[in-house]
Amino acid sequence: MSGASTDPRLLRKAPPRPLRISWSDERFRNIVYQVLVVAAVLTLFGWLWSNTRYNLEVRRIATGWGFLSREAGLPIGEHLIDYDPSMSYFRALLVGVLNTLKVAIIGIVLATVLGTLLGVARLSRNWMLAKFAGAYVEIVRDLPLLLQLLFWYSLLQGLPGPRQAFNPVTGVFLSNRGLKLPYIQWEAAHSWALLAFVVGVVITYFYRRAARAKQMRDGQIRPIWPFALAAILGLPLLVWAALGAPFTPDVPELRGFNFRGGLDVSPEFFALLLGLTLYTAGFIAEIVRAGILAVSQGQWEAAQALGLPRGRVMNLIVLPQAMRVIIPPMTSQFLNITKNSSLAVAIGYQDIVSIANTTLNQTGQAIEGIAIIMLVYLTISLSISLFMNWYNKRIALVER
Amino acid sequence: MSEIAADGTPLVAPPEPRRAPITMIGPVAWARENLFANWWSTAITLAMIYLIVKFAVSFVSWAFLNAVWVVPVSPQGIANTEACRALKGVGACWAVITEKHRFILFGTYPYEQHWRPLIVCLLFIGLYIVSAMRRFWRWELALVWIGVLTLIGVLMWGGILGMPYVPQERWGGLPITLILATFGLAFAFPLSILVALGRRSRLPAIKALCVLYVELIRGVPLISLLFMASVMFPLFLPEGLNIDKLLRAQIAIILFAGAYLAEVVRAGLQALPRGQYEAAEALGLSYWKKTGFIILPQALRLVIPPLVNTFIGFFKDTSLVLIIGIFDLLTAGKTAIIEPAWQGFGVEVYITLGLIYFCFCFAMSKYSSGLEAEFNRHRRR
Repeated sequence: MSGASTDPRLLRKAPPRPLRISWSDERFRNIVYQVLVVAAVLTLFGWLWSNTRYNLEVRRIATGWGFLSREAGLPIGEHLIDYDPSMSYFRALLVGVLNTLKVAIIGIVLATVLGTLLGVARLSRNWMLAKFAGAYVEIVRDLPLLLQLLFWYSLLQGLPGPRQAFNPVTGVFLSNRGLKLPYIQWEAAHSWALLAFVVGVVITYFYRRAARAKQMRDGQIRPIWPFALAAILGLPLLVWAALGAPFTPDVPELRGFNFRGGLDVSPEFFALLLGLTLYTAGFIAEIVRAGILAVSQGQWEAAQALGLPRGRVMNLIVLPQAMRVIIPPMTSQFLNITKNSSLAVAIGYQDIVSIANTTLNQTGQAIEGIAIIMLVYLTISLSISLFMNWYNKRIALVER
Repeated sequence: MSEIAADGTPLVAPPEPRRAPITMIGPVAWARENLFANWWSTAITLAMIYLIVKFAVSFVSWAFLNAVWVVPVSPQGIANTEACRALKGVGACWAVITEKHRFILFGTYPYEQHWRPLIVCLLFIGLYIVSAMRRFWRWELALVWIGVLTLIGVLMWGGILGMPYVPQERWGGLPITLILATFGLAFAFPLSILVALGRRSRLPAIKALCVLYVELIRGVPLISLLFMASVMFPLFLPEGLNIDKLLRAQIAIILFAGAYLAEVVRAGLQALPRGQYEAAEALGLSYWKKTGFIILPQALRLVIPPLVNTFIGFFKDTSLVLIIGIFDLLTAGKTAIIEPAWQGFGVEVYITLGLIYFCFCFAMSKYSSGLEAEFNRHRRR
């Protein structure tokens, strides 16, 4: 059977049949069913809507988005952008969204790293390491996340006060006020260096593409790492040095009853990040393990028979195939971290759910408050899944 | 070829069967292979032994050696926790569990009636065990479920057979967790099958509705649905009609679980070869006969392991009702340590709650992996 010369008779469509208004016509039945279902759903929502309208009127609850520009008057401990209680509700909600994104992004990065390590460790030939990773995964996945968050939070609260804080390394303090880390005094030169770093990454990406294209033409493999090193590390260092190389360490110090200076990680944020990371890492470990196991032994052997060194086998043969299995479930784990960060409300980290909840309690506008929460999460979920679908399509198996 | 005499015995005496060297067999060889294969592996093993022993020693001394198991309680019911406070964290204060375990398990249910929620919990566990056994996978199982769930309702509410009536506001603890999970499951599962079928349907309007439902629910966190149930639901209903909070949360959980289970069921429907659908149609079966007799029995069988995994996730997620103040197991535990005398002993309570949750989830997860191995037996060579 060749595709080029299909029998023309197979391409012919059935002649259009007129729609009969009769129960024995399948198309007619299908239309009736759909009309009935849609009508039922619309009636249900219409009924709920009219009830809501009535209830809102009876209870004198205001509607509309006017409250967004009113003064919020709610204090927020952690904010990435300027905020004080005299600012508007809109600003407060924006701070909440940024807090959600902050914990979600850091959590995704940490959980991916830890989860991958654990997944590889579960396949290790060292019995003890494999068993430890297995036990970790089993325990973490079988306990509710909320329970784990409350556990970490109460553990952190049970730590000694700032005066007896744990001080494992100079400048790092762990107490019931959270975690204090050393930092540097941020100056313009650092921002420029950061920008140079981003530029370096972009340049490296294009350099790698060009090198790949050349390799496709002449078969020569060109090492990328010297260029990458120069662009990603050298360029920012150069920029930093050219601007006078400012470096003033900002180490936290105990002054009176609390710490001064340094980078401040609040107990709430720390507990949430710890819980989310440890919990999701357990799931990611299983995904990574399944992905590696899904690449058959024959692929390893065939690659080695070609004389590829072990590192190349991993990079060129096994990982690209494992990634196809890993990416789709990994996407849903990233979405889960984002959605699970909403549990912050239970331990008092002020994310979007917590702030929207306070807002709806203060204004009494429940519908708008919940709509905001849902809208924010739907937007984040859709963006992550669009990005991951795009990435998945790029690496997916190209079949005939 | 060795030399052989005329009568067949070899001229050279056969060597004594030699034992393999001690380093090649038995536990020594196993340890060499699995723990000390190379210097890197040895380093990991030694580091892990050190860490595990160190952790185990400090845990045992915290949880057992230095722990306080009972504290005196004054006649007014106020516990004297000075013994616990004096430990300053070097020992666990299990007295909080000794004192509060009835409250954590059964909440504010009347104290003398605690045997009723206890029987309810046992009934639930029995129901799970019976449902897990494959010899009971018949249509009659649905009747058993209806019967047992009715019995559970009778026991919890009471009011007949000499059992005093207990209003729903006083229920709490483990029964609430099990009720939310079990009733949620019992309603979400049929819903999910309908939605999954709808999503695979050829009727565009029905398909669109199902896609919208699944994607909307899966795009938002469960908390937002629970908030909706607790603050928005009352606005949806006509005046005078009030649904209590537990039922509202239950509806939110059913809608949430239904969307996730529907995706699992849909995976099973998709994994079934097209030939099964076509063969059923060729026999002239109607849509519902085709679905009920040919497609669903095979498709559901394919997805039992991921279904059980979804149930585990869903059992854990019932703990989120804490945030809207429903008195489940986790809320009961958190409430138990609000009392000033017991403040600061959260770690002990959460470890105990963790053990309870772990028992349920671990049993389900072992069961799921057992089933998976059994179903995949034909695939293994």
